[in-house]
Amino acid sequence: MTVASTDHSSAANLSIARRLADGGLIGALAIVVIGAIGYYLFPNNLALLTRMTAIALLVLSLDLVTGYCGVATLGHAALFGAGAYGAGIAAAHFGISEPLTMTLVGALTGSAAGLVSGVVILRAHGLAQLVLSIAVIHLFHEAANKASAWTGGSDGLSGIMPEAVFGLFEFDLWGQTAYIYGLVLLTVVFVALRILVRSPFGMLARGVREDRIRITAMGASVNSVLLRMYVISGAVAGIGGALSAISTQVVGLDSLSFTLSAEALVMLVLGGTGSLYGAMIGTMVFMWFEDTLSAINPFHWLTIIGALLVAVVLFAPKGLYGSTAGFVSRLRRGRG
Amino acid sequence: MQTVFSIAVDALAYGMVLFVISIGLSVTMGLMRVVNLAHGAFAMIGGYLASYAARDLGLGYAAGILVAVVGTVIIAIPIERLLYRRLYGATELTQVLMTIGITFCVIGITNFIFGPTLKTIPLPPALQGSVDLGFRSIAAHRLFAIVCGLIVAAALWFLIERTAFGIRLRAAVDNAAMAAALGVRTEIVYAVSFAVAIGLAALGGVLGAELLPVEPYYALRYMVTFLVVVSVGGAGSIPGALLACLLLGAIDTTGRYLAPEYGEFFFYLAVIVIVTLFPRGLLGRSK
Amino acid sequence: MSALFEVRNLRKSFGGLVVTNDVSLAMAPGDRVALIGPNGAGKTTFVNLVAGNLRPDSGHVFLGGEDVTRLKAAKRVRRGLIRSFQVTRLFQDMTPEEHVALAILQRERQAGKMFGHYSGKPEVMDEVRKILDRLGLIELSHLKVREIAYGQQRLLEIALAMALRPRMLLLDEPAAGVPQSETTRIEQALNSLPPDLAVLMIDHDMDLVFRFARRVVVLAAGTVIFDGSPKDVTQDQRVREAYLGNYANAGSTA
Repeated sequence: MTVASTDHSSAANLSIARRLADGGLIGALAIVVIGAIGYYLFPNNLALLTRMTAIALLVLSLDLVTGYCGVATLGHAALFGAGAYGAGIAAAHFGISEPLTMTLVGALTGSAAGLVSGVVILRAHGLAQLVLSIAVIHLFHEAANKASAWTGGSDGLSGIMPEAVFGLFEFDLWGQTAYIYGLVLLTVVFVALRILVRSPFGMLARGVREDRIRITAMGASVNSVLLRMYVISGAVAGIGGALSAISTQVVGLDSLSFTLSAEALVMLVLGGTGSLYGAMIGTMVFMWFEDTLSAINPFHWLTIIGALLVAVVLFAPKGLYGSTAGFVSRLRRGRG
Repeated sequence: MQTVFSIAVDALAYGMVLFVISIGLSVTMGLMRVVNLAHGAFAMIGGYLASYAARDLGLGYAAGILVAVVGTVIIAIPIERLLYRRLYGATELTQVLMTIGITFCVIGITNFIFGPTLKTIPLPPALQGSVDLGFRSIAAHRLFAIVCGLIVAAALWFLIERTAFGIRLRAAVDNAAMAAALGVRTEIVYAVSFAVAIGLAALGGVLGAELLPVEPYYALRYMVTFLVVVSVGGAGSIPGALLACLLLGAIDTTGRYLAPEYGEFFFYLAVIVIVTLFPRGLLGRSK
Repeated sequence: MSALFEVRNLRKSFGGLVVTNDVSLAMAPGDRVALIGPNGAGKTTFVNLVAGNLRPDSGHVFLGGEDVTRLKAAKRVRRGLIRSFQVTRLFQDMTPEEHVALAILQRERQAGKMFGHYSGKPEVMDEVRKILDRLGLIELSHLKVREIAYGQQRLLEIALAMALRPRMLLLDEPAAGVPQSETTRIEQALNSLPPDLAVLMIDHDMDLVFRFARRVVVLAAGTVIFDGSPKDVTQDQRVREAYLGNYANAGSTA
């Protein structure tokens, strides 16, 4: 055995270093560093950066069901919107405006939406599943529109005034507090998801993506795995929605739209499915492009994102992160 | 009574327009098993071309339809050859993404060329008035849409049930590998069906312009409507598509008349119920 | 004496075609039974029915005296009825170590845990190493399945079955597609299975069947036509007919 022959203490050190890497500490560090760079480079654009953070949570959540479990859905914004409305309604109608509590409410309503979506969507496969996911997001959208007494309907839900975080950090006009709050949320969620995807349950989920019959032959229930993942995914997306509600202080119907669902899928695939880094990179690239290009002409933006999508599907099916990572590891192997 | 009659006419017209646009999608999806979200984009190209020919060039409605159908098919052929071919046999996620990408490109490019405004297609005088049926009168263009839908259904039925091409098509839908082994040149069947499907989408885009206005985000707005129709009817089934269109058209139109504040709530509720009960569509073939 | 595993009057048809016709079979702990039959005899359908991947039209499957006919496949697995697949069904992006660890964790009802990693559990790692070592896969523990040879994938199929600690094991052509030179390893693996385990093996390779099984069941056109000792099977007239068709008769009359 090779491990036994090496020095015991250095092997232990190595395993600690590896554990930190596997536990997502490097990724967490990267989020903080990139976040800090963004803070100093674009001090006037913190609102965009905060929105990026919220959407990154949605895309991470989508990655859990699409990337890790292989469920194709065009209705994932239902989970994000449920979190946004949950946190928003808690603040606007029930006076719960402590940000951490609002975030928790968002996570809970997101999970509930995840459970409902999961129960509906997971009954079918293939085209039927895709169509069900589309129907679910439209149903949520129309329901929110109709329940305007609670949601503000098409005018959006306003009157959300979050208190200071821990009673110390007021949400300021420049969005500094909101940005830092969002970044902390993203970092915490990222580390938690990193642990989740490495856990036995994460392995089970990857197994479901690759071969459902084999998972059954191991004695596990595919639907139970998927449903549990949907609930977790709902919590993550719900936190993103709550962040959006807290930082912008309004919730609009667009947070429950088919368009947002489709965009989230595009971002995920752009970055690379089945990898937490891919989800975040895809979000950054998409939203940065969108902000820059759609300011010039929204139709040019659509043309370019469409072409990019076709190109990714044809030439880099693993996405920007997946393809780059694959390329780097091939290079390394070629040398080694 | 007046309301019931109006709802019925509108529902029928709307259902027929849906049918003309979606039937091609249904056949190609049954045949090539590609989840095509870009089908509406071709209907949109048809609408833009017809508007340009009929309104901007003043060529008239009939010429507009002709330009739309021929022009859209010409545009679609290279797209099929270059992009769609690579989707045959790919995963649903890949198909969805590629066709969303195509849709985005179509929206961006058409609006860049024709400008981002609502496109109207002027109706000829004969279709502007109303037709007296003796006991009621109905808008002429609605009647026209209904008649066109019936003609398309009859023509497709004839094509598929009564011609040699139809036999090959049915064989390929049933089992492409087997059909190929029996000497059916499936790639030609695919190409022809795709062209017919696109031509019908363009035709539907023009016919339906009064009900589904041709606007910059048309392809995105109706992207899922057509897919939903196919899924409810059962991919590859013409009677299924017809039934789905009439049913969904009726549900949607009734909902809009009687409970407009609910929007498309009942439409999508019905979709969930139907798809859950019939995962392969109302008249889809079981496997 | 009640059997460990019993199938009573199992019947299944697809459309008008009867693929399993009134099949009955009982096995006790430690039994080594081979299920053979010509192509299209309905062997894999039988395994699918027993494992719960298909629903029978009528008849019953018992495990340890319990009627499991209505249970889903996953629940039968949890009761110790384990199957392998004729065409390997493995996770292409995972390593053999991960496969076996996942199977062990699932068996121990720990696969739902959402934190921690199997490598942090010494008892799991010990068992993973033991199983992979026994099947000669230890050197490949960290390669992805897509990178290992087909024969080794077949061994991993057996490793997974062992990791689930079956009471009753269904092996669907464990040596299918493996070159003759490499079947030895698979045979060793089969011989090292726990003695009190009941094994039903389907295979075409008669040498393997004769070395492995102490009892042979022959299935033809969905019906059991022979159930007895290996040494009698080649002498049985009906078996000869099923395999050789009219040639068997032609040979005897000529």
